[in-house]
Amino acid sequence: MALPKAKEDALQARLAGLPALSGKGWLAAARGEALARLDAMGLPVRRDEYWRYTDPASLNAPEAPVAHRFDASDEAPPFDGMDRLKVVFVDGVFDPKASDDLTLAGVTIERLAEAGSKDIHWAQGTYGILEARGQTPVARPFAALNTAHATDGVLIHVTARAAKPVSLIYVHQSETSDAILHHCVKLDPGAELTLLENGPAAARFSKVLEVEVADGARFHHIRLQGRDHERRAVTHVFARLGTRSEMRSFTLTANGRLTRNEAVVELTGTEGRAHLAGAAVGDGEFHHDDTVFITHAAEACESRQVFKKVLMNGATGVFQGKILVKPGAQKTDGYQISQSLLLDEDSQFLAKPELEIYADDVKCSHGSTSGAIDETALFYLQSRGLPRRTAQALLVLAFLAEAIQEIADEDIAEDIRARLERWLARHGTKG
Amino acid sequence: MLEINNLHVKLEEEDKVILNGVDLKIGAGEVHAIMGPNGSGKSTLSYVLSGRDGYEVTEGSATLDGQELLEMEPEERAAAGLFLAFQYPVEIPGVGNMTFLRTAVNAQRKARGEEELSAGDFLKVVRAKAKTLKIDAEMLKRPVNVGFSGGEKKRNEILQMAMLEPRMCILDETDSGLDVDAMKLVADGVNALRSEGRSFLVITHYQRLLDHIHPDVVHIMAAGRIVKTGGPELALEVETNGYADILSEVG
Ligand SMILES: Nc1ncnc2c1ncn2[C@@H]1O[C@H](COP(=O)(O)OP(=O)(O)OP(=O)(O)O)[C@@H](O)[C@H]1O
Ligand SMILES: [Mg+2]
Repeated sequence: MALPKAKEDALQARLAGLPALSGKGWLAAARGEALARLDAMGLPVRRDEYWRYTDPASLNAPEAPVAHRFDASDEAPPFDGMDRLKVVFVDGVFDPKASDDLTLAGVTIERLAEAGSKDIHWAQGTYGILEARGQTPVARPFAALNTAHATDGVLIHVTARAAKPVSLIYVHQSETSDAILHHCVKLDPGAELTLLENGPAAARFSKVLEVEVADGARFHHIRLQGRDHERRAVTHVFARLGTRSEMRSFTLTANGRLTRNEAVVELTGTEGRAHLAGAAVGDGEFHHDDTVFITHAAEACESRQVFKKVLMNGATGVFQGKILVKPGAQKTDGYQISQSLLLDEDSQFLAKPELEIYADDVKCSHGSTSGAIDETALFYLQSRGLPRRTAQALLVLAFLAEAIQEIADEDIAEDIRARLERWLARHGTKG
Repeated sequence: MLEINNLHVKLEEEDKVILNGVDLKIGAGEVHAIMGPNGSGKSTLSYVLSGRDGYEVTEGSATLDGQELLEMEPEERAAAGLFLAFQYPVEIPGVGNMTFLRTAVNAQRKARGEEELSAGDFLKVVRAKAKTLKIDAEMLKRPVNVGFSGGEKKRNEILQMAMLEPRMCILDETDSGLDVDAMKLVADGVNALRSEGRSFLVITHYQRLLDHIHPDVVHIMAAGRIVKTGGPELALEVETNGYADILSEVG
């Protein structure tokens, strides 16, 4: 079906703004297919069902809106001191000097920009493949755009238990940088990997992460999106999980003019487990959107979505989360909670929680709330001598606790808690 | 220690007067009890003294050692030595009881210019005090008051009081909801804190608490005022005859 003229024009303008990519190897074919997908769907507009709450204009614009760098040197970089393999991208460009040697026991790591020109590669079975599966029933144009135009990324094949975490570090330097990165992770049966991501990446950042988690494999993912106030990001995680496999993903977002984080997870083997969690804190010009789609396509799988937001001074939070239980996916255990703490009346939370269930023996629950801080609890704490600000911070952290608890690594959880505490101290709270 | 003069209080949001000229003077080391019918304003008095929002003081004053309380933030009143054991202790999901206690103790020490307690020292003190109140270690780990039974909540209030060592302690119906043994524990906890420099204001409906905590003075509150003041025998009179006689006597 042909696109309406306006959509067609918008798409052509967007594509014209992107640098031309060389057309060799398996990657060229995958890009071509992605472009065809994108041509058929066009870029999103506010009228699209899953873009009602978030304006895609600044993501559609041919050029990235200016975003000043933010100096975050008042606190230690995330994962500092942890033994990990570092891969650094500056404005989306691989930085070999700052990166470690890409060899790691139990893992092969290659760069997309290098491996893409080969004739055959394992990533052919993943790159753009999970993304394409994730385009139905809901179109995700920015993911297709990413697959078609990613300039680099990492291809990680995990054959055993990775000796240490792989840590992707995204540095934002130029005020107009427009970065597109695409990563693939393939975990063989029984393999294990922890993937860490941190940093604002660019003025505008598009990222896709495709993850294939084979039977009995475990994938842990922790992401901190950086503290830049003006940056924009649209990210997607597409994951497919096998029998008795596990995926845990946690994202901390503090600041950012616009963030759209989509996660599309398919549980395809029995007793798979997927936990997705996020804590987002925003003050003022902050728009944060978590859009999640979990499909239970096999029996006895467990999924959890725990998304918490703290919003003040006109910040906006969005949650669109769906649990789809396919016919035959009996004994499904699905849990979804999305909550926002609104610290003033200028901030808002828009939520669209959905359940779609085609099996009868399932346990699914969802809840979405937004509310102000509990004044009675606040008074109780103050009456014990806690200054109002300390008391508020304690209550805010308590509100976020359920999301932070989804982090398996206690040290990382503690570090993230401390970062949130400092964020709250810096931003204070009204009242 | 605590001096309340002609205190008038109405609700902030509506024109409802709750306290109607309360006068009360508690000397250092004294224990006073307040009794009175439901809705007479006892809890309101305790809330206004500790600084809860929603009330408007239209007249009068309340001072602690000469310092005007009503001008202070709730946390400043706490640091000045005021403590309220709540009639309905508040549940705070997600905040561990231990974290809460330590944050409170250290916040008050800091406000008074004292050094913070180390984690180790704090733990020792808390464990010892919890033990005498028969609060087990597991309860200390749980979120503040969440899932606590009524009696456990009240004992937890007394534990906080014991940790914070306030000079002016207000206990709002700490005895209600307690079984006989728990009441004895709470009373022992209070008695252990009694000293020359510490005063108590005990709000209660029953003589049985006063059997354990012997008050120096008993007040009867009705319709937002102290209508009668006497010795311990006044509580006994209420216990046997109710409020009718007293109220008709004061008109
Ligand atoms: N926030 C409020 N909104 C409306 N009415 C209130 C409020 N606070 C207190 N009141 C009213 O003020 C009166 C006094 O209440 P208070 O709780 O102080 O009584 P009390 O003496 O402690 O009673 P009890 O013995 O039942 O605990 C009651 O009529 C109560 O309904
Ligand atoms: Mg009361």
